[in-house]
Amino acid sequence: MTSTLDRPAFTASTKPANSSLSVTFFGVGRSFGTGKENRQVLRDVDLVVNPGEVLVILGPSGCGKSTLLRAVSGLDAPSTGRVLIDGTAVDGVDPRCAVAFQEPRLLPWQSVERNVALGLPQGTSVKEGSARVAELLRLVELDGHSGLRPREISGGMAQRTSLARALARRPGVLLLDEPFGALDALTRLKMQDLLLDIHSAYPTTVLLVTHDVDEALQLADRILVLGRESGEEAATVSRILAVPGTRPRNRNSEELGQMRSSLLASLGVDSGRH
Amino acid sequence: MSSLTDLANILPGNAVQPRNHPLETRWGRGLLGALVPLVLLVLWQAATAFGWVSTSQLPTPESVFSAAVQLLEGGTLAQHIAISTQRVLIGFAIGAILGLVVGALVGLSELADALLGPFIGAIRAVPSLAWVPLLILWLKIGEDSKVTLIVIGAFFPVFTTVYLALRHVDKNLIEAARAFGLKGTRLLTTIQLPAVVPAVFSGLRLALAQSWLFLVAAELIASSMGLGFLLMDSQNNGRIDRLFLAIILLALLGKITDALLGFAERKAIKRWA
Repeated sequence: MTSTLDRPAFTASTKPANSSLSVTFFGVGRSFGTGKENRQVLRDVDLVVNPGEVLVILGPSGCGKSTLLRAVSGLDAPSTGRVLIDGTAVDGVDPRCAVAFQEPRLLPWQSVERNVALGLPQGTSVKEGSARVAELLRLVELDGHSGLRPREISGGMAQRTSLARALARRPGVLLLDEPFGALDALTRLKMQDLLLDIHSAYPTTVLLVTHDVDEALQLADRILVLGRESGEEAATVSRILAVPGTRPRNRNSEELGQMRSSLLASLGVDSGRH
Repeated sequence: MSSLTDLANILPGNAVQPRNHPLETRWGRGLLGALVPLVLLVLWQAATAFGWVSTSQLPTPESVFSAAVQLLEGGTLAQHIAISTQRVLIGFAIGAILGLVVGALVGLSELADALLGPFIGAIRAVPSLAWVPLLILWLKIGEDSKVTLIVIGAFFPVFTTVYLALRHVDKNLIEAARAFGLKGTRLLTTIQLPAVVPAVFSGLRLALAQSWLFLVAAELIASSMGLGFLLMDSQNNGRIDRLFLAIILLALLGKITDALLGFAERKAIKRWA
């Protein structure tokens, strides 16, 4: 979107077929269990995510961040309300979305290349598919390792494979569920830069779940904070913040520093000590 | 034994051992593996030569060897071996295929599990030799009753391992595959079947061992040919040399068939794990 990174030009055929799609939440809520065991996790989420926007979902653990993402992908259905993508309701696993999880979840018996190819939409021709996989492997800088198995590569490389697999689907909405959460701090910073590069090459709508405030500030157009009001069992939208400035942002700017303190405070952390 | 060493070989810790250690080379392992049988052979020879044990209890190695030569020349030994191997291979093949199919069905379908699970569990609880009288009554004393007993013996190890392995396929992998639009047959062939290949092979090796066990049981009870018959016949005629010969042959055949399957297993694990 706003990024002006110099990237090799990607041919027209590699532009996402779904382009960027809007995501709309209408009174989304989710409860688990029945009868006495019933536990409301999420309630009354209303929000419109614009096409091409990077929305980061922030919140303390167990507040339903992943649940919200799963409702968009169609892996899970909300108990109340509905999710629309580009104006039409999500019903079952949605071909317009692609997901990358916190764990890479690669098939251990397949090469990096074949794992990426798993993400190709059904009906992609062999020729087109292999061209797209090769290009994505170049984009995530794994083109020299395409024949390796997942156990032969590092955690960061596995996570890049997982990202490439998601992009192979040419998603209109890219869903990232704490994709860098299990990586070391240095690798995480590199992955964040890579994600920005990817977003400028493939400008899809991105919904990213994290509990890392700095990551949110670096990547987001807007930050959605989920939280529980006192006395409430279920979490809902507690704040929505637009992050100023174009990416890549200066991680040390004063303005971001103030937002960081404010965000930490809404997550219940005393920012003076961090 | 060899499945334990296979396991050790795929554990990551092994990679740091120096490469030239005798246990790391194929020849080193082969020689070490041959050591105990060779020592036993020497002890056996000594025990009979020095009269530590009476030859009516323990035949000399030469007498066992000459019994083999004699039976070979008469042509009956080859026949015994051929018919026993044939029974094992047919019974194992049928039992393993049935085990794969039924194990896959019950492992993948909740309905089939609810419907068949308790029944198969009850059948498995019957000690397999308890089927012998029924099999003889229904199928008479012929090839069918023996092969059927082996089928029963081979079925359960394969069924159990396939069923359990399918139940324990990584849920995260399946969810990821579903997120990419895989379902039904494509999910089965892309995720579930490849994920259980290593387990299937360990089930097959157990089933093969069971097949030889049930072969001998079937042949001991009623047969006119085969290694089990040779055991019975030698016991009745007091031919302890032939008795030893039959046991040694069973050990060799069992080990050879298991080694062949183990070879396939290693290839499969390299490919699928």
